[in-house]
Amino acid sequence: MEALVLLGVATFFGIVGAVYWFTSYEDGGTMMLVGTCLLGLLPGSYYLWWHRRMGDRPEDRSDATIEEGAGQIATFPNSSIWPFVLGMGAFSLVLAFAFGIWFFFPALALIITALIGVTAESRRGGHV
Amino acid sequence: MTDVITPPTTTDAGIRIPQVFEPTEHHGHEEHGPTGLLKWLTSTDHKVIGLSYMITSIVIFYIAGIMALIIRLQLTSPTNSLVSFSQYNELFTMHGSLMLYLFAGPFAFGGLANYIVPLQVGAPDMAFPRLNALSYWLYLSGSITMLLGFLVAGGAASFGWVAYAPLSNATNSPGLGGDIWIMALVLTGFSAIFTGVNLVATIFYLRAPGMTMFRMPIFTWNMLVTAILILIAFPVLTAALIMLFCDRHFGTHIFSVQGGGSPVLWQNLFWFFGHPEVYILALPFFGIVTEVIPVFSRKPVFGYKGMVFATLSIAALSTGVWAHHMFTTGVVLLPFFSLLSLLIAVPTGIKFFNWIGTMWRGHLLFATPMLFSIGFLFAFLMGGVTGVMLASPPIDFFTHDTYFVVAHFHQVLFGTAVFAGFAGLYYWYPKMFGRLLRDNLGKWHFWLMFIGFWVCFMPQYVVGLLGMPRRVAQYPADLGWQSYNIISTVGAFIIAASFAVLLWNLWISWRKPVLCGDNPWDAHTLEWFTTSPPPHHNYSHLPPIRSERPTWDYNHPDAPSIDHGVGRGHDANGHNGSRKEMVSS
Repeated sequence: MEALVLLGVATFFGIVGAVYWFTSYEDGGTMMLVGTCLLGLLPGSYYLWWHRRMGDRPEDRSDATIEEGAGQIATFPNSSIWPFVLGMGAFSLVLAFAFGIWFFFPALALIITALIGVTAESRRGGHV
Repeated sequence: MTDVITPPTTTDAGIRIPQVFEPTEHHGHEEHGPTGLLKWLTSTDHKVIGLSYMITSIVIFYIAGIMALIIRLQLTSPTNSLVSFSQYNELFTMHGSLMLYLFAGPFAFGGLANYIVPLQVGAPDMAFPRLNALSYWLYLSGSITMLLGFLVAGGAASFGWVAYAPLSNATNSPGLGGDIWIMALVLTGFSAIFTGVNLVATIFYLRAPGMTMFRMPIFTWNMLVTAILILIAFPVLTAALIMLFCDRHFGTHIFSVQGGGSPVLWQNLFWFFGHPEVYILALPFFGIVTEVIPVFSRKPVFGYKGMVFATLSIAALSTGVWAHHMFTTGVVLLPFFSLLSLLIAVPTGIKFFNWIGTMWRGHLLFATPMLFSIGFLFAFLMGGVTGVMLASPPIDFFTHDTYFVVAHFHQVLFGTAVFAGFAGLYYWYPKMFGRLLRDNLGKWHFWLMFIGFWVCFMPQYVVGLLGMPRRVAQYPADLGWQSYNIISTVGAFIIAASFAVLLWNLWISWRKPVLCGDNPWDAHTLEWFTTSPPPHHNYSHLPPIRSERPTWDYNHPDAPSIDHGVGRGHDANGHNGSRKEMVSS
């Protein structure tokens, strides 16, 4: 079903893109429509491919019971300071483009710290 | 299923608001993490992030609302000099940018969706919690960056929220204001893209067993479609903004004629984002209304699958109509864009009939969320009808860039983001805090806003048809435009009064809480099954999911259920007997 939604996006924009090109011959719009078609096509085909291999999951079957979903769903991180640090790094980075190059240095420091921090945190599963 | 859940607090009359309610004990594990400020800085819980989004976006809404009041005051007399011309340009640019980029979208897909969607599909959190937190921090820093514009020399950006080339280039709009505006939108653009990825992954991978796609609440469906639209539209905007920045600073000529570029390319790129953006702003709010109306009509939603397919077709069509904002450029394919624009009225009409069909012969309860939803129907209908008019090129040539367009999009966006948005706030506030907002103050809020809305925007249609252009700080005195502008300003202040009532309501409901238990509305969808507010990771147990209304099924085992997922095809809406059974419990 998920695959169908995305493949539907691809089909619709494939058709509209073709119609648009042959009625307008305008490059910009056609490229955007073709890009949108690919945006649906790539993940949509990937999902379809996996669905064919895996079959229905409990959340795809209307008669599934809650017990079938028992077990570990996924690993969710605890609270973490690193998204905030990375966000502030990005903030400084864009300010560097507006106000001047000196903002670039704290930006780089924050972003590198945050990337190392978040990677280390994922490996050892710790939190603040 | 041996756990005890709180019984539904309904009577035959529908909703009973208990004056004293013992707080329910949370079943789940409390979060073992930092508290206080550090909790807000470090939390990856979708509920905390959703609340942060909502609080920030409502603050932005009030700031942008004050700008709107200054704009309206300026226009009360033809040669008013309350603000200078350049300040006026900054005000309408920032009003539009704040409202569209930083309030309406983030309030819906950052705030409400973040909080509600994982609950509605039975997930413990969003799929990528740390990415979710990063989205919020990018959004917050983008908002601060945008507001910084007022502090720099030369003032904030003043080229309108659409930043048309060549007005937005370094020659016509020099100074830091424009750069800061671009950078703020780059940040919020990435924030939106990350949220879009997160929502799609959550809905695709973290649904509870039995929660098939056709059992998802319509709000979640709409958020899925919105998230896909975000993924289609926002990268185009972000790319276009980076190109604009290169044009301003690095000597490229992408949007300037001198170097062989094309200014119309900016319009193409911008509106390829801009029109889906309108539906990114509208679809979540359609979803909210589709949650509220069935609950307060005591009926399941009428035409569930029709609603889903209408949402999908609105979204698909909306991406193919970008150039209807560019009819007057003379270089776009009029029949193609006009036809697709007119076609959007069909699925939107289906939605309207389904909303009315849901209310039809229902047991209507006019609590505040329901009033706001009905207000939305009127407001959006007016905005939608004038939208169909504007989709016709001959009318658009006549009214383009007049106050007719201003009135049209304010009615569309005010109808969705404000009427339906605050319906969502009143509806889900008990979910978030386990307490109610005051219903009588809510009704004051609604009626003041509803009256102010019509008084404010209807005269703008007239003055637009009389020829008043948008984005002017002064106008000729002898054209008879002043009286309409004064009426419109009065309306704007009535709306402002209604939002003062909301502030008072938030304050008083916080200071003197009315506790309401877990499910005060006797609502249908899964999020009301858990405690209010939900514990960390949301659910300690789940009900069997056998229809699109699992919580209702669990609380009303004798009421007939409908299930669209297994194609039984029977629909309980129209049958009198079954309707009565559903009304009482």
